[in-house]
Amino acid sequence: MSKEKKDREPLFSIKNRRLLTNPLNKDNPITVQVLGICSALAVTAKLKPSFVMTLSVIFVMAMANVVISLLRNGVPPRIRIIVQLVVIASLVIIVDQFLKAFVFDVSKQLSVFVGLIITNCIIMGRLEAFAMSNKPWPAFLDGVGNAMGYGWILIVVGFFRELFGSGTLWGYQVVPEGFYNFGYEDNGFFILPPMALILVGIIIWFQRAKNRDLIEES
Amino acid sequence: MKGLRKFIDKIKPQFEKGGRFEKLHSTFEAFETFLFVPNTVTKKGSHIRDAMDMKRTMAIVVLAMVPPLLFGIWNVGYQHYLANAMQPDFWPMVWYGFLKVFPIIVVSYVTGLAIEFAFAQSRGHEVNEGFLVSGMLIPLVMPPDVPLWMVAVATAFAVIIGKEVFGGTGMNILNPALTARAFLFFAYPRHMSGDDVWIAGMPDQLPDGVTGATPLGEALAGKTEGMAHIMEPGYVWDMFWGGIPGSIGETSVIAILLGAIVLLITGIGSWRIMLSVLVGSISMGLIFNAIGATPYMQVPFWQHLIMGGFAFGLVYMATDPVTASQTQRGKYIYGFLIGFIAILIRVFNPGYPEGMMLAILLMNVFAPLIDYYVLEGNIKKRLKRVNHAVESAK
Repeated sequence: MSKEKKDREPLFSIKNRRLLTNPLNKDNPITVQVLGICSALAVTAKLKPSFVMTLSVIFVMAMANVVISLLRNGVPPRIRIIVQLVVIASLVIIVDQFLKAFVFDVSKQLSVFVGLIITNCIIMGRLEAFAMSNKPWPAFLDGVGNAMGYGWILIVVGFFRELFGSGTLWGYQVVPEGFYNFGYEDNGFFILPPMALILVGIIIWFQRAKNRDLIEES
Repeated sequence: MKGLRKFIDKIKPQFEKGGRFEKLHSTFEAFETFLFVPNTVTKKGSHIRDAMDMKRTMAIVVLAMVPPLLFGIWNVGYQHYLANAMQPDFWPMVWYGFLKVFPIIVVSYVTGLAIEFAFAQSRGHEVNEGFLVSGMLIPLVMPPDVPLWMVAVATAFAVIIGKEVFGGTGMNILNPALTARAFLFFAYPRHMSGDDVWIAGMPDQLPDGVTGATPLGEALAGKTEGMAHIMEPGYVWDMFWGGIPGSIGETSVIAILLGAIVLLITGIGSWRIMLSVLVGSISMGLIFNAIGATPYMQVPFWQHLIMGGFAFGLVYMATDPVTASQTQRGKYIYGFLIGFIAILIRVFNPGYPEGMMLAILLMNVFAPLIDYYVLEGNIKKRLKRVNHAVESAK
């Protein structure tokens, strides 16, 4: 009896909690592993699409990780990639239909990038690296953790790009009218994708200044 | 002078290690070496001993920028009064231009130097002199009516993102002054392009025969009248001496040539780069002349050299020793491609009238790659020679 209890891990053991928190900072998919950059540049011109994109990726990644983890012993290694793709693609179609039904305007803004979640390297990477060799519950946590690590970067970048690029947040005007009368203008550069790259670079800069062990030795 | 030296020597200990203002050491050091030739000598390794340290180099570059600056100040006034159909004397024009240009210079220097000092202080570096040049280049590539806060934002962006994140002066990939200009160009296009920004205090109604468009703007519009206008001999002469609308320092080719002479005689600007930029642009111009499919392609190749910011970029931007290629053969490739691409962008891209800025920034990015392959090629050639010698010795 006691032996059995020892074997069973609590749901939020330290190891499991790390699965959730590590990707937020030290193992961040965007700023440390530099994956998923493409969509991070493309959808972050406004806060709302960044947020919706984050939710979509969290859903796809968590569910895909669980499904693949459940299938992991039954999938022949030779066709595992195509199986993973089928699972991700089905989930993405569900998300896409859902967005079209309930938030059509955002779905139009995100355009192809919802479909392109299929090719998001973070998802494939986590399926290969984690879900294929772990139980469903840790795989679920890992999926949520990585998607949130991806998501908070998107939201931060989207926040600054919308604030400085359009003077709005979530579509509402936040820069007061008086500023414009004084000659302030929205910065067109923030609307363009290169600025997202620069903002991600600044986040990486801050992150490394805080965590010295992230700096590679050359 | 002696009193100043004494004063500095007196307060010096307080800024040394353990002194009261130890934290402000780099600020103090910057001012001391700015005022007096430093009395420290290099202690390790082999060095060329020369009075030409970085501060003197930068001072000469700033000196070389004086002709376009002075001309620019006058021209801002000249264009303003021309557009308002007035004909004042020489000094009122200079005074008007001075009131427009001087604040831009002050804003650029104050913003940039404040950031440089802050970074040097926090990193414990010495304050570097590179910004003395960038701070002067930035006003020269601005339109005269640019809002001052935009200059400040662009300067801050250029110094932080263009320079400090890479490790400060000498480590930057992109030319800071061009980074500032490109930033403004993409951030606030309304103030950086079009026909309405190149004359200070432009009235709503221009008098007959006066246009707010730059030659590049006219050429880009592609209309036959505009094309005919920029090819008139009188207007070509205007483009050469500089009495046309444009960025503050870019209009007068004569003033820029004066600066180029200073840079070439002192050996600070690389003649290899200048020459190859010329060759590159002339060859692209000749190719376009040979095709001649659009009115813009028929603009004579030599006319491209005096239009827009080409001459200014050629003399002051492309030759920036930090961001250009370091190897001699690399300099030829680097320069040639700048000239080639600049004319290509000008003629083909309707969105960006000034190809020179984008071409130089693009080649700044490629300069390290060019150097790498030049070095590799050299190593291979020498290895071959060694192997050959070994073979024949057998």
